[in-house]
Amino acid sequence: MRIGVVTFPGTLDDQDAARAVTIAGGEAVALWHGDDDLKGVDAVVLPGGFSYGDYLRCGAISRFAPVMNSLVPAAQGGLPVLGICNGFQVLCESHLLPGALTRNDSLHFICRDQRLLIERTDTDWTRDFAAGQEIVVPLKNGEGCYVADERTLDELEGEGRVIARYLEVNPNGSRRDIAGISNARGNVVGLMPHPEHAVEALTGPSIDGLGFFTSILTAAVNA
Amino acid sequence: MARVIVDVMLKPEILDPQGRAVQGALGRLGMDGVLDVRQGKQFVIDLEGDLAGERAALMEQLAGELLSNPVIEDFTMRVEA
Repeated sequence: MRIGVVTFPGTLDDQDAARAVTIAGGEAVALWHGDDDLKGVDAVVLPGGFSYGDYLRCGAISRFAPVMNSLVPAAQGGLPVLGICNGFQVLCESHLLPGALTRNDSLHFICRDQRLLIERTDTDWTRDFAAGQEIVVPLKNGEGCYVADERTLDELEGEGRVIARYLEVNPNGSRRDIAGISNARGNVVGLMPHPEHAVEALTGPSIDGLGFFTSILTAAVNA
Repeated sequence: MARVIVDVMLKPEILDPQGRAVQGALGRLGMDGVLDVRQGKQFVIDLEGDLAGERAALMEQLAGELLSNPVIEDFTMRVEA
């Protein structure tokens, strides 16, 4: 299975995301922000970083990059897309996911190993987890406070689209402790913490993050 | 030449931690009775020619799509000749 990893100017975590894909057993395909060719990939990861320097708003300029002109309709058509951190911000700015990510309530950049509760396990990116499973992956963000109006939050909860929630401590003020959400179909997932940094015992606090990358491969096998 | 001024503010219901930090600093520097501070952005855009018709409509659209995020922000736009 071929999984595209997009690099924008200012992306940091594309190499780690590609490595996570490889460790999970997939083939990572580099995609470039300035090229609208998705190279026939079966899924796409929008990795973390500071695309366009976070100028204007995080993800606001990336949203209009040529690669997004292809990715947005493909995602609306069912292509699995995982946005991590800055990638989550890009998905919200693109309106593929509801809500927005704003400055941490503490105003501090937070970097810590974060405990998460996995709540939804029938998305393309979470099916290898057990419902209610607790995992630990790194979290590192300055603008990770998930906000949406109350009606949208109720809708997300009602439809079971909160895929992961912060446990023990809410690191950034996110409404209802939300760490990750999906679209209604479950193919587009946004996550603020970084599973791609938790795929090897040598460098990660766990290998819990691997589940996101093996899930997409499992999804392909079952399709 | 037309000068377009777009002011962008977080919606009232969105927490503004930067504004709150500024509020604290104002108090520490002796400013009494600061009830609230909200921090926003102003864009000053100079354009060739007049801004009218479709071009004005496009500018307004882009103020809503690029310069601000309707999920969390409101904007106002005005044109100075």
